[in-house]
Amino acid sequence: MTTQSSTEYEKYYVPEKSKMAICATIGLFLSTYGAASIMNDMTFGDPGVETNSWTIFWVGLFFFSATLFAWFRIAIKENIAGLNSAQLKKSYVLGMFWFIFSEVMFFLAFFGALFYLRNLVGPWLAGEGEGGRMNHLLWEGFEYNWPMSLTPQEAVGGAANQPIANMGSFTSAEKSMAFGEAAAWYLWLPMWNTLVLLSSSVTVHIAHMGILDGNKRKFNLWLGISVVLGMLFVGLQILEYYEAYAHYGLTLNSGIYGSTFFMLTGFHGFHVVMGMTMLLIQWLRSVKGGHFTADDHFGFEASSWYWHFVDVVWVFLFLFVYIL
Amino acid sequence: MGDHHHGPAKGLSRWLFTTNHKDIGTMYLWFSFAMFILGGSFAMIIRAELFQPGMQLVDPAFFNQMTTLHGLVMVFGAIMPSFVGLANWMIPMMIGAPDMALPRMNNWSFWILPPAFLILASTLFMEGGAPAFGWTFYAPLSTTYAPPSVTYFIFSIHVLGLSSIMGSINIIATVMNMRAPGMTYMKMPMFVWTWLITAFLLVAVMPVLAGAVTMMLMDIHFGTSFFSAAGGGDPVLFQHIFWFFGHPEVYIIILPAFGVVSQIIPAFSRKPLFGYDSMVYATAAIAFLSFVVWAHHMYTVGMPVAGELFFMYATMLIAVPTGVKVFNWVSTMWRGAMTFETPMLFAIGFLVLFTIGGFTGLMLSIAPADFQYHDSYFVVAHFHYVMVAGAVFSMSAAVYYWLPKWCGRMYNETMGKTHFWISFIGFNIAFFPQHFVGLAGMPRRIPDYALQFADFNMLSSIGAFIYGASQILFLYNVVATIVAGKPTSEEKTWDGAEGLEWTVATPAPYHTFETPPQVK
Ligand code: HEM
Ligand SMILES: [Cu+2]
Repeated sequence: MTTQSSTEYEKYYVPEKSKMAICATIGLFLSTYGAASIMNDMTFGDPGVETNSWTIFWVGLFFFSATLFAWFRIAIKENIAGLNSAQLKKSYVLGMFWFIFSEVMFFLAFFGALFYLRNLVGPWLAGEGEGGRMNHLLWEGFEYNWPMSLTPQEAVGGAANQPIANMGSFTSAEKSMAFGEAAAWYLWLPMWNTLVLLSSSVTVHIAHMGILDGNKRKFNLWLGISVVLGMLFVGLQILEYYEAYAHYGLTLNSGIYGSTFFMLTGFHGFHVVMGMTMLLIQWLRSVKGGHFTADDHFGFEASSWYWHFVDVVWVFLFLFVYIL
Repeated sequence: MGDHHHGPAKGLSRWLFTTNHKDIGTMYLWFSFAMFILGGSFAMIIRAELFQPGMQLVDPAFFNQMTTLHGLVMVFGAIMPSFVGLANWMIPMMIGAPDMALPRMNNWSFWILPPAFLILASTLFMEGGAPAFGWTFYAPLSTTYAPPSVTYFIFSIHVLGLSSIMGSINIIATVMNMRAPGMTYMKMPMFVWTWLITAFLLVAVMPVLAGAVTMMLMDIHFGTSFFSAAGGGDPVLFQHIFWFFGHPEVYIIILPAFGVVSQIIPAFSRKPLFGYDSMVYATAAIAFLSFVVWAHHMYTVGMPVAGELFFMYATMLIAVPTGVKVFNWVSTMWRGAMTFETPMLFAIGFLVLFTIGGFTGLMLSIAPADFQYHDSYFVVAHFHYVMVAGAVFSMSAAVYYWLPKWCGRMYNETMGKTHFWISFIGFNIAFFPQHFVGLAGMPRRIPDYALQFADFNMLSSIGAFIYGASQILFLYNVVATIVAGKPTSEEKTWDGAEGLEWTVATPAPYHTFETPPQVK
């Protein structure tokens, strides 16, 4: 298909009926219901009682993934068959763009929480400013520093001495992931993570240049390298979590430092896995299926935008979670 | 693909597998009406309990479940999907597009709603009962003290958010990409404009809500301490995140209603909309400002004074573009050749009652005054004036206005007007007295109250029952029209109506435009 604006409006695209939506709905319904049940079994359930929550979850997830796979397959086939008008392609572009925007807003909620907690709540809990009057009533002896070395609960001597209820006990980590606490700069994992992820953004860009030139060899090579770098990043991230749990005492229970650290890096990591999977699929499409030409490679382009987005999020993470 | 011009398929598969914007719009509309009835019956239980002081019908725990589910079902199940349904039906027709931009995703956005509400409603039968922490689900009520069903609630919110995000991405892509040649942005009908801006608000804030419930989930099940001071977190953080979503959310609810009214008032005044450009800018200004006023819901949590002042003035600023809109609607009617068919009656009812709600909003926005009003029935009166007399009235107006175009049959004018007057009177009897009991100090979300509030509460309950009953009439009117209304094939049902939707056949064909219309 060529992109001519004069043909853009010639005939309207009216799609066929599709079973995809209903199948995806069933998958989503089962997997969310299953996931909720798993969590409730864990927190509120009786450990002696067998439930089928996991089965529901896996069946749902399988159904959901299979549907998405089929759905994308159909969309790709339609494109290859030349059914997609220039207008529809533009709708896909807009769709991807606003999807990424919504993801940005999701991360913004967590970054916003981080700023609020670090800059306002911490000092207030320690007795500073207008919010600080509660300190000596509730958290006598709590002093604030970041990364937090003592949670308010520990400061008053544990959950039993606490004047208000909460769920669970919050212990502080012995060591944080901040730069200052690394033994030597070259042993500081986050720096390597940054290097790996930033270079993968560059390699994806080189792959993009390759396909624009119609150079499939270059494209396949650099896209493949990007996927490998993505895997490396995930590997390093797993290593970091292992270190945190095994040697730093840094867990999800480590007060608000642990909460923000794991949620921000965790959701980012999850998005890296998604983006990497997307890139891997594009690579397979290109290598095995011979897809993509110099002027038709939206599947790759969309995935690469997503990848750059994940990269930008990491830059902010690196700055606000690890360095500052 | 454009070569298959088939009519609707037969049977259930038409609805399950459809990619047609009209089918999907219809499903959204019926679904939202079903939710309206469900949420309405919760409200009836609330008002029945409040009919007299003392505890009569339900126990306090169940009462709290009712207020919670009433709010959630009405906001997420009735109002929002109803406007998405309207967008599906009308936007492609109004901009000269064949369908929505991403039709298969469109179907998916709809179909994940029923399971999400199934999960939400099923919490009523779970151990520990349904969520009872209010539709605003403040932590720690929704974390430390929540019933186990909260987990299901969280996942259903996630699914609703997914549906809204996909729906709004679709609307954005449709409006930006599918307009017929010549349909420039500044020629779009106001309804399309307001929905475009609403869709931007939705993609911006639904993910933030998803973030909020995710933090709750982590606090409940995985030991984090976002909303727990014991670990260095803060319950007030929850309120900030929630209202960062919540305030734009109230504009998500009202902007499409503004759009509907901006279509209807010119039609029945037989004059073009006064100040079209300023309407567009006012809508955009409202949307923009709605991101920086959220803490007016939190004046009493102990914010620093600088924060109170900032949010107070920012909130008051919203009254300016809102005032522009009200001014423009009134000016449209000024010296118009007005007639008062049912849609117009609802639109005028909207105008009068929404303005009252705006004024009470202005009263609430004054931080020192809000210290008195907060969490009283005055707030309940305020938001029912804007959400029921605002959003729901405009939705009724829209249904009467476009129903002839949708089904090729005319509703019965007398019945329509009867519906309007019963709704209008019932609504005011229900909610006007709440201003006074609120100012006199009656707290909201409470199943029992001091004797001094007895008379006004009884009045309020009677009004609520009348309003509730009038919705049965609404259902009757719509069904009667669809099955046995007087057939009409006039392209333009209303002689003053403008827009592409009035140039196509009546009832609107299954596929409206096969080749794009030219817009001059
Ligand atoms: C002129 C514009 C408006 C102003 C200045 C305004 C102001 C306010 C303020 C200050 C409150 C907090 C009261 C309190 O809790 O103490 C409030 C509550 C509320 N407003 Fe408005 N408002 C306006 C318009 C609207 C509109 C258009 C809607 C929705 C369609 C709306 C829906 C609500 C809701 C749902 C609440 C209560 C939320 C809750 O606590 O459950 N408001 N408003
Ligand atoms: Cu607000």
